[in-house]
Amino acid sequence: MRFAQPRTTEEAAGLIAQEAGLTRILSGGTDVMVQLKSGLVEPDLIVDIKHIPGLRAITPEDGGFRIGAAVSGAELGEHEGVRALWPGVVEGVELIGSTQVQGRATMAGNLCNGSPAADAVPGLVAANAIARIMGPDGERDCPVAEIPVGPGKTTLAKAEFLTSIFLPARPDRSGDAYLRFIPRTEMDIAVAAAAVSLTLDAAGTVTAARVALGAVAPTIRLVPAAADAILGAKLDDAAIAALMEACSAACNPIDDKRGTIEFRTQVAGVLAKRAALIAYSRAGGTV
Amino acid sequence: MKSIHVSTTVNGDAVEFICAPDESLLDVLRNRLGLTGAKEGCGTGDCGACSVTLNGRLVCSCLVLGAEAEGADVGTIEGLANGDALHQLQQSFIDHAALQCGICTPGILVAAKALLEKNPDPTDTEVRYWLAGNLCRCTGYDKIIHAVQDAAQKMRSA
Repeated sequence: MRFAQPRTTEEAAGLIAQEAGLTRILSGGTDVMVQLKSGLVEPDLIVDIKHIPGLRAITPEDGGFRIGAAVSGAELGEHEGVRALWPGVVEGVELIGSTQVQGRATMAGNLCNGSPAADAVPGLVAANAIARIMGPDGERDCPVAEIPVGPGKTTLAKAEFLTSIFLPARPDRSGDAYLRFIPRTEMDIAVAAAAVSLTLDAAGTVTAARVALGAVAPTIRLVPAAADAILGAKLDDAAIAALMEACSAACNPIDDKRGTIEFRTQVAGVLAKRAALIAYSRAGGTV
Repeated sequence: MKSIHVSTTVNGDAVEFICAPDESLLDVLRNRLGLTGAKEGCGTGDCGACSVTLNGRLVCSCLVLGAEAEGADVGTIEGLANGDALHQLQQSFIDHAALQCGICTPGILVAAKALLEKNPDPTDTEVRYWLAGNLCRCTGYDKIIHAVQDAAQKMRSA
């Protein structure tokens, strides 16, 4: 195994493109190091991207924020601007692991790891965040929702890696929230999860919404039918019931000791309801 | 595998070492630098026994490559006491019998120090959440929380 610390994204892309064997990108390392330890993967090349300028920066851009791919959960959580604009995204990231894991783990790594239960990803999908990807042919932008394709699998080509994730600006009276179910209070992996982002008009009617579910399908899933259920409504009982029904209908979960199919399907709807109410309140609405 | 030469700082001292590319910082600290305070419990970032600070951030040293320490500032349990004078956290852990077998204790002390630097007056709940990544199978945690709060109170009035 070789270890490289490139200083530019071009250098990193070149190193990966030239490597005939297996490459792993290292930023926080909280998944990669576990894979190494378990012998699950034996990379020929590790590329540490933390020393590329800008990859550890949070930069205001067009009213939103560009989050470098190597920004840790702890660094993101300490950023008042991102917390204020996208609290649901930040609360998802902050649920990943312990204080020690937060000191290293990154939002981009959580996405690229490809877990259907990734806590950072539903919030990013609901936010319509855009990943910036570097590859042998240069940079491209891709909606976060289009990156996961199955457990441990993404649409990233060989020699491609994330350099940043862009969280867009949002209109006034907007809010988002993320909730997950775990059988304890901390340090566990989601059994079901839901993120809701919405925008209200002055009367408190939902004018835009995105709903994403986690841990109830092979990938994090955007559920347009659930967003449609609350569009034009003030989160009255009928709208909430339609939201819950649309979420449960979108579930295709695994059945295991941590949660049966029935349980995950029902809880996804309940979490979506609660997340929608929190997002609604953060947007300034009163139910 | 080609060995890597690393220059770093550990507990304020300039340190150089050679390590393999896939060698963890924990293995470097224990096997190459003789700093055996950080323990390997799980080796996968779940138990916190290997906690150190890396550029001021609390991390699991089992999840860091030794090669990543190049140019970094590493803090371990060995840097907690000032010579023979124990850190207040160490004294409070003794006073409150906040350990039995002691395997988790170095990691918990390093983690608790990082907490009190960030938040000198935490609630019990804040201490429990901060230390959620430090597993202890002996104490049931209560004495650990009391010891951290005792140290916090004494450090605030010091």
